[in-house]
Amino acid sequence: MWSFIGSECMLFGTLIATFLVYRSRNVVGPYPADLLNIPFITVTTFVLLMSSLMMVLALAAVSKGDMKMGKIWLFLTALFGLIFLGGQYYEFSHFVHEGLPLSRNLFSSTFFVLTGTHGAHVAGGVLWLSTLLVRAQMGKLDEKNAETVEIAGLYWHFVDVVWIVLFTLIYLLV
Amino acid sequence: MSHDATAHEHPSNRFYVLIAVVLAVLTALEVAVFYVEAMAPILLPVLMVMMVAKFALVVMFFMHLKFDSKVLTIVFVWGLFIAVCIILALMAVSGKFS
Amino acid sequence: MSADAATHEGHEGLYEGGIWSWLTTVDHKRIGILYFVTGLIFLLIAGLEGQLIRTQLAQSELRILDPDFYNQLFTMHGTTMVFFAGMPLITAFFNYVVPLQIGARDVAFPRLNAFSYWVLLFAGIFLYSSFAFGGAPDGGWFAYQPLTNPEYSPGLGMDFYILALLLAGVGSIAGGVNFLVTIVNMRAPGMTFMRMPLFTWMTLIVAILILLCFPPFTIGLVFMLFDRSFGTHFFDAAAGADPVLWQHLFWVFGHPAVYILLLPAFGVVSDVIPAFSKKGLFGYPVIVFSGILIAFLGFGVWVHHMFSVGLGPIVNAVFGGATMLIAIPTGIKIFNWIATLWGGQLKFTPAMLFAIGLVGTFTIGGLSGVMHASPPSDLQQTDTYFVVAHFHYVLIGGTVFGLFSGLYYWFPKATGKMMSDSLGAWHFWLTFIALNVTFFPMHFSGLLGMPRRTFTYAEGLGLDTFNLISTVGAFIFTVSFIPLVWNLLKSLRSGPDAGPNPWDAHTLEWTMSSPPPHYNFAVLPQVNRRDPMWHPHVEPGAEPPAGVTLGVEPRLQPEVPPEPVIMPGPSFWPLFLAVGLLIATIGGLGSLPVALVGAAISLVGLFGWAFEPVEGEH
Repeated sequence: MWSFIGSECMLFGTLIATFLVYRSRNVVGPYPADLLNIPFITVTTFVLLMSSLMMVLALAAVSKGDMKMGKIWLFLTALFGLIFLGGQYYEFSHFVHEGLPLSRNLFSSTFFVLTGTHGAHVAGGVLWLSTLLVRAQMGKLDEKNAETVEIAGLYWHFVDVVWIVLFTLIYLLV
Repeated sequence: MSHDATAHEHPSNRFYVLIAVVLAVLTALEVAVFYVEAMAPILLPVLMVMMVAKFALVVMFFMHLKFDSKVLTIVFVWGLFIAVCIILALMAVSGKFS
Repeated sequence: MSADAATHEGHEGLYEGGIWSWLTTVDHKRIGILYFVTGLIFLLIAGLEGQLIRTQLAQSELRILDPDFYNQLFTMHGTTMVFFAGMPLITAFFNYVVPLQIGARDVAFPRLNAFSYWVLLFAGIFLYSSFAFGGAPDGGWFAYQPLTNPEYSPGLGMDFYILALLLAGVGSIAGGVNFLVTIVNMRAPGMTFMRMPLFTWMTLIVAILILLCFPPFTIGLVFMLFDRSFGTHFFDAAAGADPVLWQHLFWVFGHPAVYILLLPAFGVVSDVIPAFSKKGLFGYPVIVFSGILIAFLGFGVWVHHMFSVGLGPIVNAVFGGATMLIAIPTGIKIFNWIATLWGGQLKFTPAMLFAIGLVGTFTIGGLSGVMHASPPSDLQQTDTYFVVAHFHYVLIGGTVFGLFSGLYYWFPKATGKMMSDSLGAWHFWLTFIALNVTFFPMHFSGLLGMPRRTFTYAEGLGLDTFNLISTVGAFIFTVSFIPLVWNLLKSLRSGPDAGPNPWDAHTLEWTMSSPPPHYNFAVLPQVNRRDPMWHPHVEPGAEPPAGVTLGVEPRLQPEVPPEPVIMPGPSFWPLFLAVGLLIATIGGLGSLPVALVGAAISLVGLFGWAFEPVEGEH
């Protein structure tokens, strides 16, 4: 999994590089400062950070064999991920409403593709967690295959880490 | 996928909560710094330091990199290193630093 | 495929079973064979495209081909050679050889491995279907912006290119993860990193390269897809963007991709030369570390493809210097191979001929590479036939020779049959002559200023003779495939039996019967030496003296495993998922419903995959 994550670093690295290179090159508005809603995104960032906490707690519970708590923590992780995605959906539709569709300018192109790729990763993570939940419900997940949970967790934390970087670079360093 | 889950001790739940609290506080600080006018000149370095700190906390403790096999660490760090280099190089050749 | 299956019948049922058993196979050896056949077919197709290009250029002012079609041909020739001939052929060897060399029973993720293959096959077929739907991609294999934006490439051609390579990229990254984890985690007891055969070492390095260099390319393709389909502005200069960004993203991938194709060939040669010199590899650790160094430096040289863009003297100088540095580890390897040959008991089998041929011709390509590492001389040579000569010497003299060497070396292991040495020698000499006759004159036509990718040239520029010679060489190339294909078919049908170790070679794959049983190793070997089969040295077939620590225990694998071996069972989910992705890709050409259907099928495939029990007993 670490090797795949190394690969993902390059994927997001390229996207971030493009975003940064094109940051101040917009020729038509709206510009980032007109639209970004810092307090709102801080809340969803917090939610995503906390989902990582849920994830480690889930792993700790599963490796102790405590499947009841394990299921609860896994469910909460996925739920927090969904809340984050909902926030992103709200943000995207708000931007489009304010006159920034995908094809508007360089900011829209880079912003939507970068955060959209991240959102797709979160969505993939939620799907992954849901397969784990189904397996747990079927009784096919216990401490013997805690490693499956650990791998999903690595992925989940990585997606969180990427957001830590994006949050700072996109929203705070305008 | 790539290592033995039982080979190392994982820290306790309280420790994880503590890390999460630190992460939350750092995030709050980042936003706070952003709103303080006086911080504007040093905004970039301050934010970068906090960002790297959060990054390192999650990778080392939530992802247990601190307890993991060397070879995999090398692959990850190699990927991260090259990604950062390419970001910097692309910014440099497009004249972002001059 | 079915011909292969028929030939192997009777060996413990290993290659028995109809088409279905091939469609659902997760056996790394079968997947390796599938990769090989696919890669060879694409190699022949792309070779024929090259042949057509050379026919058009035989004389000045010819009009054999339509200029538009010519553009499609050189684009498809390059794209196919790199992604659908080169990559599958090296992956074929990764698949077949690496688990055998490290003493593993399969790769780490057998189903993922099958998935990688199907995705690659579908991507190749998808790309070629473009000929039937309004024309193939025609923007060159590196698809520079703005030539490939909707304004200048209005047809579907470039969309086929983008989508096919996105699809192939998914398979490559999955393959990279798979081989990295296999080599890191699945080595037999005693097989330390510094005891691994060189081919495995180079596979490890290439797996890391694939993982790190494909993502930037994927992102570039996504940008281009969005620009073309959804009106974004990633490469739109009018919106403030920089079309040169595509060149950066492409070459951040493209240069390491050259090493992805080259290092495995170096690995093959580093195994073949010792085997036929009966001498351990000279300077093993140095070869390993120079491989790592090449991979590392490979990420810091991409701008040497872009010297003429005008990024400024400092940028060009830095990247030019880094490029010249790569010559050092490469040269080290060449001297090590020569030192291995020195004083050895050389045996000139076809595998050895191709290996030695690589050492010579690759050096020529390497030298012309150092020439245009220098920005001022590159400005003269860029986009001329000089560059064409350079990379064909590198890729044919390096990659193709290495792959052929590996084919002759491992064919007896994979099939249990020996190939004909005399036909092999014919194949080598024809290829060797064809390479030099075709591409050596291109150095001159290039220096005279003949631009690449132009469908013809004017009379009286002094280019006619050189081009005619090149075209004659290309025809020899086509002829050179006859002894190869004949040799393959003939040996499969009636080659003499190979036995476990026909070459008296040194590495683990020669400890079991040929072809190996489904589970590879009846008992997992204990490895004690770097060249395990040579310690202590005995004649092939003879028993080693008692009381000596063997290089590997057991020296010969027993016919029947003492305990039942658990092997992964067949699965059709990889194929199912790949079909889903193919349909989604077709939808990417402009039909949302089709894309959604494909996505839905893929999702079903993913869930089926996730819930399928994996283990089956052999």
